[in-house]
Amino acid sequence: MRTLKFLLQKELLQIVRDPSILKILFIMPMIQLLIMPLAADYEIKNINLGVVDQDHTQYSQKLVNKIISSGYFKLKDYSPTFHAGMHAIESDKTDLILEIPPHFERDLIQENKAPLLVSVDAINGVKAGLGGAYIQGIIQEYNQDIRDQWLQNPRFNEQPAIEVTFSNWYNPNMNYRVFMVPGILVMLLTIIGSSFAANNIVREKEMGTIEQINVSPIKKWQFILGKLIPFWILAFGVLTFGLIIARVVYGIVPVGHYLTIYVFASFYLLAILGFGLLLSTFAQTQQQSMLVSFFVTMIFNLLSGLFTPIESMPHWAQILTRFNPIAYFIEVMRMVMLKGSGLADIKTQILALLGFAVFFNGWAILNYSKRSG
Amino acid sequence: MQAIVVDNIVMKYKVKKSVTDALKGISFAVEKGEIFGIIGPDGAGKTSLFRILTTLLLADSGNASVDGFDVIKDYKEIRNRVGYMPGKFSLYQDLTIQENLEFFASLFGTSIEENYDLVKEIYVQIEPFKTRRAGQLSGGMKQKLALCCALIHKPSVLFLDEPTTGVDAVSRKEFWEMLHRLKIQGITILVSTPYMDEAGLCDRVALMQKGTLLSVNTPKGIVGEFNKPLWAIKATEMFRLLNEVKADPSVESCYPFGQLHHVVFKSSSDGKEKLEQIAQKGIFKEVEISSIEPNIEDCFMALMKV
Repeated sequence: MRTLKFLLQKELLQIVRDPSILKILFIMPMIQLLIMPLAADYEIKNINLGVVDQDHTQYSQKLVNKIISSGYFKLKDYSPTFHAGMHAIESDKTDLILEIPPHFERDLIQENKAPLLVSVDAINGVKAGLGGAYIQGIIQEYNQDIRDQWLQNPRFNEQPAIEVTFSNWYNPNMNYRVFMVPGILVMLLTIIGSSFAANNIVREKEMGTIEQINVSPIKKWQFILGKLIPFWILAFGVLTFGLIIARVVYGIVPVGHYLTIYVFASFYLLAILGFGLLLSTFAQTQQQSMLVSFFVTMIFNLLSGLFTPIESMPHWAQILTRFNPIAYFIEVMRMVMLKGSGLADIKTQILALLGFAVFFNGWAILNYSKRSG
Repeated sequence: MQAIVVDNIVMKYKVKKSVTDALKGISFAVEKGEIFGIIGPDGAGKTSLFRILTTLLLADSGNASVDGFDVIKDYKEIRNRVGYMPGKFSLYQDLTIQENLEFFASLFGTSIEENYDLVKEIYVQIEPFKTRRAGQLSGGMKQKLALCCALIHKPSVLFLDEPTTGVDAVSRKEFWEMLHRLKIQGITILVSTPYMDEAGLCDRVALMQKGTLLSVNTPKGIVGEFNKPLWAIKATEMFRLLNEVKADPSVESCYPFGQLHHVVFKSSSDGKEKLEQIAQKGIFKEVEISSIEPNIEDCFMALMKV
């Protein structure tokens, strides 16, 4: 135990000595938490709309006004022909064309139906999909408005109609940040856990200091714990810092208990630090360990459910996410923050992470050899 | 009991398909309290040997023991009782002199105070800078600090891998004086060096070349093995002289040595006359010929040819 105490002392001293580590540790989360939640927004606004109105009637005007007043679209082009409208799409001026054919109003009134054409620039798939859906919704609503106008009487619809009302549980205002900030916090902890500890050991290899450690009677587990604990503590510092930002800047107060988050984070950090340590036993240079940890955490992040829901991934990818510690943590963070889940609700996730921790750390200790050859 | 016993150690490095023989069956023994030098050029296998003896590397075959403990079976015991100073400076550059020394003392479960006597003489020289970080020290000071750290747990055997490489002449001399004082304290020292002139400072030396030992003897004994007369020649055109002496069929070897060429003949008689003949034939000016005593380097050159 005495040896471990000296190792920890030395590690902490070195961390404090290195001004860049502390700076990175606290500036990185601050910037990420302040920028990412505001920028990474799924709602699509400001879709550039081009209108080809060949009808020029009251009805067509009303439709166009309704679309623009929805707030999602910006009228950027008003062309007399479809050809000209197409030109605007080609020159990237607009994303979407709504063509209103001649006699739109007349057909609608006389024949009870009128065609419309929506053409979408699908280079940006998300924009095209959502833009198309929004405009369709608006047109349907417009259609309903006209019907209501015409069918003043009878009071009750002759045709049965199903009306849907939504109620958003746990996040009633669909506040996007409440959902995103905890996830980004997890991403940050992951980066710190997986690459800082790994780099630290590899640095000892590069500097040759590990030779001196290896010829000493110090035990493997002492050395590895000596590396693990300081970064474990640092990561908690960053987590606390991040939770403060979430509360002060975004006003996110977890419905559940902070303690639940910390308990889970302690298991999570064990797993992710173990992964970093494992990496360091293989890598010979800091460059190698950096690149591999970057690669792996990127895949972990993309498969974590942070940016795209796991449920919409293909089946094989869903299976992969079960072997992804980050996915569990993001799930738990959201459960605790938004739903108020307690320790009993996240039992499975804790067990899973315990498994990861044993697996990564065990492998790291087995693979760390004080002698080569 | 002997402090270090090396018995037929073989070490091969495999890089892809090619195999490098670093050590080709080496055997020697070091007595307790001896300064034993391993002298050899770069790539002779010195560092591999050191790493095997300090339990950092597993040999492919052969046995070795340090202080009576087997390097494979009892490696834990060895790690408690040896001091190792690698060729590359490998202390924490971001810790101060004092912090480094304290750290390495505590790793071995001891403290600076407990073994201060042993390092005192060396430590006082760097003590004025003890709050300076190791990375900011000069080469000689780094060397002294590394030696202190290797000594702080009172090892019975000290392994020094090229401790004087890249250190200036004055510091080198000081360093060897320190080693002699440590020897008096009963510490066995195995030291490697590429410098032939340092061989004379050891009690015994092993000349090493390409993974084999050429000779193991006292420095005097090695010189004594050199049984042919050695001549030194000097003239104005040294390079042409070297080629012409080499071209003579009666010459066994000729190599440049400082400002002179050292020449050995195949038969041991009338070397001076033969050299004079060569010098006359080539019309060299300011020719000086003298008979000299061989040193370790001459012996090394001679042994390499065998």
